[in-house]
Amino acid sequence: MKKIEAIIRPEKLEEVKDALGKYGIHGMTVTQVVGCGLQKGRVGVYRGHEYSINLLPKLKIEIVLRDFRVQDVVDIIAENSRTGAVGDGKIFIYPVENAVRVRTGESGEDAL
Amino acid sequence: MKERILRMMLPAAALFMTIPALAWAEEAAEAAAPVIDTGDTSFVLISAALVMLMTLPGLALFYGGLSRKKNILSTIMYSFFAMVVISIQWALFGYSLSFAPDVGQIIGNLDWVGLKGVGFAPSDVYGTTIPHMAFMVFQLMFAVITPALISGAFAERMRFPAFLAFLILWSTLVYDPVAHWVWGGGWLGTLGSLDFAGGTVVHILSGVSGLVACLVLGKRKGYGSEPMIPHNLPFVVIGASLLWFGWFGFNAGSALGANGLAASAFVVTHLATAAAALSWVVAEWTHRGKPTILGAATGAVAGLVAITPASGFVDPMPAIIIGLVSGVVCYVAVGVIKAKLGYDDSLDAFGVHGIGGTWGALATGIFANPAVNPAGIGLLYGNPGQITIQIISIAASWAIAGVGTLVILKAIGVVTKLRATDEEQDTGLDITQHGEDAYTDFVSGSPFGDLKLTGAFIQSASSTNQAKV
Repeated sequence: MKKIEAIIRPEKLEEVKDALGKYGIHGMTVTQVVGCGLQKGRVGVYRGHEYSINLLPKLKIEIVLRDFRVQDVVDIIAENSRTGAVGDGKIFIYPVENAVRVRTGESGEDAL
Repeated sequence: MKERILRMMLPAAALFMTIPALAWAEEAAEAAAPVIDTGDTSFVLISAALVMLMTLPGLALFYGGLSRKKNILSTIMYSFFAMVVISIQWALFGYSLSFAPDVGQIIGNLDWVGLKGVGFAPSDVYGTTIPHMAFMVFQLMFAVITPALISGAFAERMRFPAFLAFLILWSTLVYDPVAHWVWGGGWLGTLGSLDFAGGTVVHILSGVSGLVACLVLGKRKGYGSEPMIPHNLPFVVIGASLLWFGWFGFNAGSALGANGLAASAFVVTHLATAAAALSWVVAEWTHRGKPTILGAATGAVAGLVAITPASGFVDPMPAIIIGLVSGVVCYVAVGVIKAKLGYDDSLDAFGVHGIGGTWGALATGIFANPAVNPAGIGLLYGNPGQITIQIISIAASWAIAGVGTLVILKAIGVVTKLRATDEEQDTGLDITQHGEDAYTDFVSGSPFGDLKLTGAFIQSASSTNQAKV
């Protein structure tokens, strides 16, 4: 079992979600996050005073899945969230020790 | 049968016919007393309500939106308590000090303490076609908004008990005398100073007092190193729009009658406001590259401030000039000069009200047209001396506001701390001064607004049991 954690542009969520749905991935957790990387921040102006805003809004998608699907899913996310400009985000992959379905108590890959 | 009924009704009909005649006789007897004009009275009462709206919720939302989210409630509370405390102060003695018969051109006497003698009949001097009470309550709203305006300068760092003391002392020792000087028969009015709706009394006093207060209290913790940006611009826009709306009562209502002068004041107020919003936005667009809604809202307020003293004296075209200049001058004061001088006027009470008010007082001396109001003849209509008089009244207002505020704050500082500690400022004044939080869903950092996530308890006053929410 692996967990995929993808940081993407907020406006790419629908495309990524649709593509994952077509592939057969229906479970995910999405959170609003802020962060910084290569992409520069932006400048806000309030009553003539400039403020630089370095942390930009992104979305984080978390998906836990069976090992053999990892490469496909990573490819789908990358293809559908790419614009080619800095700020497209990153994808991290972690090993997962176990999973439990709360309703039935099933554990391991059966719980996914 | 029909005839009998008719015959029975005759005496009743006769009685009815005599009633109008009786009423006429009564009216004739009262003609000697001052006559109340119903149109004037309803207009002034509605104007008083409009000026009330400027403070609550207008100014409260304007300032509240400009503050950071941990300080919005404390910022609103300043305006709310100006309404609460000064209303009572005004009825007890403030109105008497400002408007009661003159003592040495400096202050009103104590004849009207507790509103004694302020009744249904018009005053001999003020608003002679409206009940004296209507004039009193209209002026009350002005006395309320002035100290509320100052609060923008020390927002996010002044302790509430110190604010309360400041409110009462400042209103009594600074506002009431100057209102008397200009409107209540004092020396500035006698000198011929022109201030239709409060450019000196309201805006110069509040702006300059704000500057002194923010210097005495010192900068907010983190000023200059951490970003301090408005947390809710839609609130700022709602507040500024309510100020604009209420200001028609402030300026047109100052005609104290439903007449041509009121209509003129209404129109010039509107035009100057639009012009100032335009020129502020053009100035910042040129200077910083973006036209902002915050600039439009602030520019509008700068225009309202500048036209206030002139609103009963100038024509529409000069009003547009007054507005255009005010937007640019206030932008430079707030956006350029403030940063160079380095003082921390949190929400720009001085940059907008002090500077805009001073420009408006000068502009009144320049543009006052006797065709609008025979009481005011400006430089352009052959009376250069009016400029001198305006400068004297500006200087006097700056002086009493500056010295008065300094002395009052130093005196309060001996008794209680003025400034919230660094820790209190970090946590925010809402929690530390008032024990409340405006946006409870952020307490836990959770987007769900669920109090359970904060670990909050119901602490019953009657039992020691703690029930989990």
